[in-house]
Formats: sequence, structure tokens, C-alpha cells
Amino acid sequence: MAPSATRTGVRAAAWRFVLQRASAAVLAVCVVVHLASIVYAVRSGLSAEAIVSRMHANPAWPAFYATFVVAVAIHAPLGLRAIADEWLGLRGFVFDAVLALFALVLLGGGLYAVRALAG
Amino acid sequence: MSSETAAIFPVRIWRGDAGGRFERYDVPRHASQTVLDVVTHVQRHVDPSLAYRYACRVGMCGSCAMTVNGKARWTCRTHVDTVAAGGTLEIAPLNHLPIVRDLVVDMTPFFDKWAAARGSFAPTATRRDDFARVPPQSKARRAIDATIECIGCGVCYASCDVVGWKPDYLGPAALNRAWTLVNDVRDGAPLERLRAVAGDGGCQSCHTHQSCTERCPKHLTPTSSIAGLKRRVAIAAIKGAL
Repeated sequence: MAPSATRTGVRAAAWRFVLQRASAAVLAVCVVVHLASIVYAVRSGLSAEAIVSRMHANPAWPAFYATFVVAVAIHAPLGLRAIADEWLGLRGFVFDAVLALFALVLLGGGLYAVRALAG
Repeated sequence: MSSETAAIFPVRIWRGDAGGRFERYDVPRHASQTVLDVVTHVQRHVDPSLAYRYACRVGMCGSCAMTVNGKARWTCRTHVDTVAAGGTLEIAPLNHLPIVRDLVVDMTPFFDKWAAARGSFAPTATRRDDFARVPPQSKARRAIDATIECIGCGVCYASCDVVGWKPDYLGPAALNRAWTLVNDVRDGAPLERLRAVAGDGGCQSCHTHQSCTERCPKHLTPTSSIAGLKRRVAIAAIKGAL
């Protein structure tokens, strides 16, 4: 049967499912807000620098984008895990470790960019 | 046989094991002819070595499922008219199962997965207990009504893309059975069953393509059953019950 047939493996598989669905729900909102805010902010031809400078004035934006980054760092590796399993047959501890590293890269790079937004 | 119904049409039938090939047979066309009639004609009148499986011929046993023009179907309940509009008919064994010979597949992996999903009832009552009283209109009983008629034909399993991609995926039929028992208030192993379907090859692997629901000859909705299991598994995980 499945490699997650142990109790720990079953819990991990269930939590991966919960986290991916929860992060997808967060991303659905974040992507809409992100795109809508871009369309709204540049309707008069604002530059990227001007938008970033405006964001410094409101701490809600860095908080919003930090949430966005965390959701991406959770969602993307879990999705890649499923794709690699089904399409390439890749699975196991080593591959999970690579994906965990990928999650950390996404998280670190994303939060670094958010820090720039926060000024 | 009237002259109108004696037209001959070509049928391609899979012969051999997984390394086999399609062979062409010319079969007389009849009114209201089923695909099972076609296969039977070939076996009885053209090539008696053709292997296929059937029993009831009336859509009750589920043993005659095959791939007809690319889709898994009960051959006994499939009229040639409905699937061979273009004048061609191609009959192959069910997908995702080992081919024994010709149109016969080994159903062992399919039923092994029923067992792996804890598809057997876990009784809690003894012979001294009274009958359980389950209100027919209760939510749990109505959920069972929507799933209980599965006869294990394997059409959903053969139609599922995920089974093809991920061989340890339990598949729609086993998960539908598990959902039936999860809703059975008399069952004594609900948590064990959730654990059985919550692993890597369990209900979370379903992509909700709904091929199983579209192809089920009994018009059941395994996709809904799997969605129900996903909800129960997620709740159990969050509560720390798994």
C-alpha cells in the first residue's frame, strides 16, 4: 500500500492536504487583492517606485504580502510534491527534504522582498 | 434473421495479454444488439479461444465491464447503436488492471484496495442485541442510500486518471465503499477506516476529475463520497484524532 501507511505517515498526509487546501484558500484572496490593487494603483500611470513608497505608509500592506508569501511557501512545494509523485514517480525522504528546502527558499526570498516593502 | 439486420460491420477486439494487439472480426449487425452480443458472437461463431467474462447479462453482476471505443462500460447494457455511430467498434479489457487474456482482467488489485480501505463492515452488536434502528431519513442513512448500490464492476476504477498515474491510489470504488461504512452508525471502526483512507494513496489524491461519476453505470457519485472522506479526514487531522 501507500508509503504513508504508518500512523505518522497518515497524519502527515492528512496535514499536507489540510495545509494545501488552507493555503489555496488564502492564495485565492491574496491573488485577487494583489491584482486588483495593481490595476487600481496604476490606473493613473503610477510608477513602481511611487507604489512602493505609498506602501511604506501603511503597515497593513507588508502584513498582507507576508501572509501571501507564507501561503505560497506552503502551497507550491506541496503541489510540486503531488505532481512529481504522479507524473515522475518521485517520492521519499530525500525528495521531501529537497521540497522543504525549496519551501525555505520561497519563504526567505519572499519575506526579504516584503521587508523592502516595509521600508 | 431479416435482410435488414444482417449487415456486417467490423469489430476490433483485443487479443492476448498486455503485449497483445487488436484483431478485426466481421460481425453481423442486429437490431438492439449489445456489445456483449458482439463478443459472444465472435466467441461462439468465429474464434472459440476468445476469453471474456460475463454472468447475468442484465446489469446486475458487474462482471462484463470492458473498454468500448475507449470508455469503460458494461457491455451487457451497452447497445452497439449508442457507441458505434461511426460504424466502428473497438473492444478492449478494462484499463489499470492486469490483463489475464483477451478481454479478461485480473480484479485482484481492485478488491485488494477495497480491503486496504477497510471496506468490510466492523460489527459491534451481538446476536443477543436487538436490531439497530436507523431512521431512513437521517442524514447518515441518506448518505448511504447514495452509495450503497455499487456492485464492484470496476468501471470507475478503469476510468480514473489518478489510478493510472498513481498505482497505489485506492480508487473511487474502494473509497465509495469506505464512505458508505463511515456513515454506517452500526460500524465499530470509523476512525480506523479514516486512517486507512488518509494516507498518500488515499482520498486526498483524488483530483475531482469526476470521470468515475460520469461513467458509473449505476449513476452513483464516487466523487461526492471521496469529497465526504476528505472533509472527515481533514476534521480528524485538525482535531488530532488520526
